[in-house]
Amino acid sequence: MTAQPDTVRPATLRWGWMAAGLGLLIGAVLLGVVVGPAKMGAGQVLRELFGSLIFDSPSDLTATEQAILWELRLPRVVLGGLVGAMLAVAGGAYQGVFRNPLADPYLLGVAAGAGLGATIVIVSAGDGSTALLPLAAFVGGTVAVAAAYVIGRSIGGRSATTIILAGVAVAAFFTAMQTYLQQRNLDTVRQVYSWILGRLTTTGWREVLILLPYVIVSAAVLLFHRRLLDALSVGDAEADALGVPTGRVRAIVVIFATLGTAAAVAVSGLIAFVGLIVPHTVRLLVGSSYRSLLPLSMVFGATFLILADLAARTVASPAELPIGVITAFVGAPFFGLILRTSRRVIS
Amino acid sequence: MSVEIRNVTAGYGGDPVLRDVSLAVAENEWVAILGPNGAGKSTLMKVIAGLLDPSAGTVTVEGGSPGDHGRRRMAQLVAYLPQDPFFPESMTGGEYVLLGRAPHLGYFAVEGPGDIAVANEVLSLLDAGHLANRPLGDISGGERQRVLLARALAQEPEVLLLDEPTTALDVGHQVAALDMIGSIRRERPLTIVAAMHDLSLAGQFTDRLILLAAGQVVATGTANEVLTAPLIKQHYNADVQIVQVPGGVAVVPLRPT
Repeated sequence: MTAQPDTVRPATLRWGWMAAGLGLLIGAVLLGVVVGPAKMGAGQVLRELFGSLIFDSPSDLTATEQAILWELRLPRVVLGGLVGAMLAVAGGAYQGVFRNPLADPYLLGVAAGAGLGATIVIVSAGDGSTALLPLAAFVGGTVAVAAAYVIGRSIGGRSATTIILAGVAVAAFFTAMQTYLQQRNLDTVRQVYSWILGRLTTTGWREVLILLPYVIVSAAVLLFHRRLLDALSVGDAEADALGVPTGRVRAIVVIFATLGTAAAVAVSGLIAFVGLIVPHTVRLLVGSSYRSLLPLSMVFGATFLILADLAARTVASPAELPIGVITAFVGAPFFGLILRTSRRVIS
Repeated sequence: MSVEIRNVTAGYGGDPVLRDVSLAVAENEWVAILGPNGAGKSTLMKVIAGLLDPSAGTVTVEGGSPGDHGRRRMAQLVAYLPQDPFFPESMTGGEYVLLGRAPHLGYFAVEGPGDIAVANEVLSLLDAGHLANRPLGDISGGERQRVLLARALAQEPEVLLLDEPTTALDVGHQVAALDMIGSIRRERPLTIVAAMHDLSLAGQFTDRLILLAAGQVVATGTANEVLTAPLIKQHYNADVQIVQVPGGVAVVPLRPT
């Protein structure tokens, strides 16, 4: 740092961490496309990727190998990255607007609503055709959050706590309906469960293209709120007195975090824990300013989910584990370790 | 008048906390709001800050009601320091002071060089430049009070509302904090309304005192007019001895006999 030690500096993105995070992300992407049942050399894969992207010179991969790379592995890795980035940035933003360390993107009922939507499609399809599943999950998730928000506001005005409690009630209600449907249709319970535990399945680039616009818009809006989220960290009453429109900030952040999360959940199922542990890990590493926390959460969330998906499809190969099992199984102890070694309490 | 409230009744849904209160504060005046616990001091501060709408009566701050000004304009005119501020532990003193620039920034804007210059200026005015890059979790209560005051001044307000600004401090830091506030007024015009518990400090540092009891104004005037043994006995139920000191009045509590 060149500035005087006693000169005011606004919090800014920690570029060193960002560079490290991008390095890890690139490593995770390469690992994700190289590792798989069909053996391809890392060098060949790199030549194929960079050759066709930059130099327009084809590599020595066979046509089948090229198809596996471009139509199976790469879309799946990119989807994992998008879902991980979206869940992590939404979780970080939720923790900010609700000033609650337990907040994650599913706090206001996205998961329960999406779960109900998905279950309805699965049990009513019967023949296993689930083309409508992403749309139903998206609609269910956004309806649940909208209900929680409207109910919370009608009870307690702009208070964050009443909105959270309304979210708990709405989630319980939707989960009750979902569980009832699930128990009435035991023949599809496996399918419902596999969706609830989360999985990244791709049909070429279709899912990526569905999700991408939501991630771009949501993440951009959330990142633009970085200073206001910092201001909210002193609490609603003080932020009000500083002229911050706290109610409007919370509403906008919830809307865009929900749109992005619902879109992610629609294509990936309910992947647990990413939106909780990634932002907290970043917070413990670089401090709690949202100017670093949100962008770094995206990069680390993408990396984490790409690696978790790699584990999900290789650990018990050729069987695939639900990715939500991996994120919780690996994420929880890792998070515990981070908490233990960190000096500062989450505030 | 900088602040004028007329026939204000306000509360939190149940019985009103303030009942038909009227008072006025002149430009650059320092007024202490006194009164026993529950008298309505904090409620009065919130009403003036526009954070609590009165159920009856009018509030005028710098020529308009809080509703006329809007929240952002109010925050440019009035800096309100709550009784129990929250200090995020990993935020630095400088970042905390920059929060005071919020009313001057657009919705998506971040602080620019001008805002940083203001923050540096108020920190050096309060002799607290060394706190600019210290995390709030690592600094003392007196130092936190300093950055809190710096945050308020970074708003560049016309009116400073202090809700028991020195309650958490020891006597040395209490005197230092009030002295610091007094010295700001020599640098720039500033109207101050401060809810205060310590009668002796109020009697020496402020221009005028207003005594609230049970939500109503029961006395107003100079230290010698308001800090009298009968009034304090009546409203605080405490026996005191009034002592004349250079520059004001001190109130010494006496053990009941």
